Amino acid sequence: MHPAFSVIFLTTLIGAAQGLFLALFTGQLYASIRLIEPQTDVFYAVGSALALGLLIAGLGASFFHLGRPERAWRAATRWRTSWLSREVIVLPMMMAVVFFYGLFHWLEWTDPFVVLGDDMLAIDATFVIGAVGTLVAFALYVCTAMIYASVKFLEEWHSPYTVGNFIFLGAGSGFMLAAAYSAYIGNHLVGFYGTWAVILTLLGLATRGATLVRNVGLRHKSNLQTAIGVRHRTIEQKSQGFTGSSFNTREFFHHKSPEFLRLVRLAFLVLVFPVPILLIALAYVTQSATLPIIAFVAQYLGLLAERWYFFAEARHPQNLYYQSVA
Amino acid sequence: MTQLALVIDLNVCVGCHACVTSCKQWNTSGWAGPMVDENPYDADPTGTFFNRVQTFEVGNYPQTETVHFPKSCLHCEDPPCVPVCPTGASYKREDNGVVLVDYDKCIGCKYCSWACPYGVRELDEQQKVMKKCTLCIDRITDQTLPESERKPACVLACPTSARLYGDVHDPDSEVSVAIRERGGYPLMPEWGTRPANHYLPRRKTRMHITEDELQRADNPLTKEDITVYTGEETLDDVTW
Repeated sequence: MHPAFSVIFLTTLIGAAQGLFLALFTGQLYASIRLIEPQTDVFYAVGSALALGLLIAGLGASFFHLGRPERAWRAATRWRTSWLSREVIVLPMMMAVVFFYGLFHWLEWTDPFVVLGDDMLAIDATFVIGAVGTLVAFALYVCTAMIYASVKFLEEWHSPYTVGNFIFLGAGSGFMLAAAYSAYIGNHLVGFYGTWAVILTLLGLATRGATLVRNVGLRHKSNLQTAIGVRHRTIEQKSQGFTGSSFNTREFFHHKSPEFLRLVRLAFLVLVFPVPILLIALAYVTQSATLPIIAFVAQYLGLLAERWYFFAEARHPQNLYYQSVA
Repeated sequence: MTQLALVIDLNVCVGCHACVTSCKQWNTSGWAGPMVDENPYDADPTGTFFNRVQTFEVGNYPQTETVHFPKSCLHCEDPPCVPVCPTGASYKREDNGVVLVDYDKCIGCKYCSWACPYGVRELDEQQKVMKKCTLCIDRITDQTLPESERKPACVLACPTSARLYGDVHDPDSEVSVAIRERGGYPLMPEWGTRPANHYLPRRKTRMHITEDELQRADNPLTKEDITVYTGEETLDDVTW
């Protein structure tokens, strides 16, 4: 498939934004039961603003994918059958939840409705919004991933690993961003967020690695014999019907060499997994304020490469009809 | 239920591209048009087409044969491109089974093209909406045309009658009989899309002649006149 940068930026930006929101709420949850030191409401408000900014940037990128962006509102209508439609609904929900989570923290509307236990768990408005937001964030990961995983013709994507990759890699980069944010403002949560980021990144390594292994041994269902219905072991295309290009030759091919693909795969395998983990571990040891930021930036660049490779490695059965120009 | 479809006879298709050009002409001028071209007279021309004729070579030289393969939307009975559409622009007509795109609703997200294993949907580069074979829906449903012309442009243009058109759900239609009696098959049946369009296979017409058909067993020349002549007077020597 042709890797479109609009979709690459959409999926990586909103993945990190959802992860950052999950990180903020995880921090609030841990702080409310006093496992980590509590943070000011400004910490959550600014973090939410950062997540909202990423979500808006991702949404903006997605419009470049559309031929007719002015009609984008129509995309919310077929949620019963289309995962794309479901994502179009859940993404604004996510943005609304993040907005209100940040707003309530900013306005300090955090008087608890009820206090559970022995003054242990105070349930306030931000807690409720955060809990709802956690569900929405996971729903959005699933919607985004299922857009790809549900297309049975793209067998490289048609697996549960795809959903795992979107969840773990997105959440991993979000927690990495939370660690970078904590390091930037100099609070003590770098280790907490960094640990979660490493755990999620390692889970992502497991699912992404499994995907790569699966796709190496993948045997495609369709071949030239079933494509044109002639039972012979030797079939060669002599003409695709035109000498120029067409939508079929642009949308479904990456037009890059196998060496370039291997290079991109190596780049993301290095940048997404070992580099950020090493940097965050180093930051933990040295108490550095800049290393977690570098770790996030490196991982995000790696995720761009990962998403590019994700598209490029998928081979569409229609390509069987476009193997030779003339 | 009606399911209109094409049946394409690979046995008689000569790869002349008349269906391609007539399709482009009819549809660029009509309801589905324009099907824009970019750089039509320049380097790397490109444009929107609903129908293409491809050519494949089967076998190794000298045992090869050329298969010309017209390719357009197969109007699947279970079209995978329809449910993935987020706007409902992609739909299958209830009354005749033709798969169509509502150009006023399409947002050009290209997702339906990913969900078609046959690669028969094309994004129009200028109108930025997804386009595909309509089976000349404006023509086949036009009651003002005489019955014989209420057929897709490609069918009317084909000089070898390689393209049959009709209702594949009617067991007695020309297309159903052709599929049933001449080995009609769907493309990529492994995906369960149940294409309505079918293809008729290449067939070789061979004469089967056995030895006794070449050598006539009751040839009178071998049966009669078993006389061995040794110079004596025969009937031919008699002068009348």
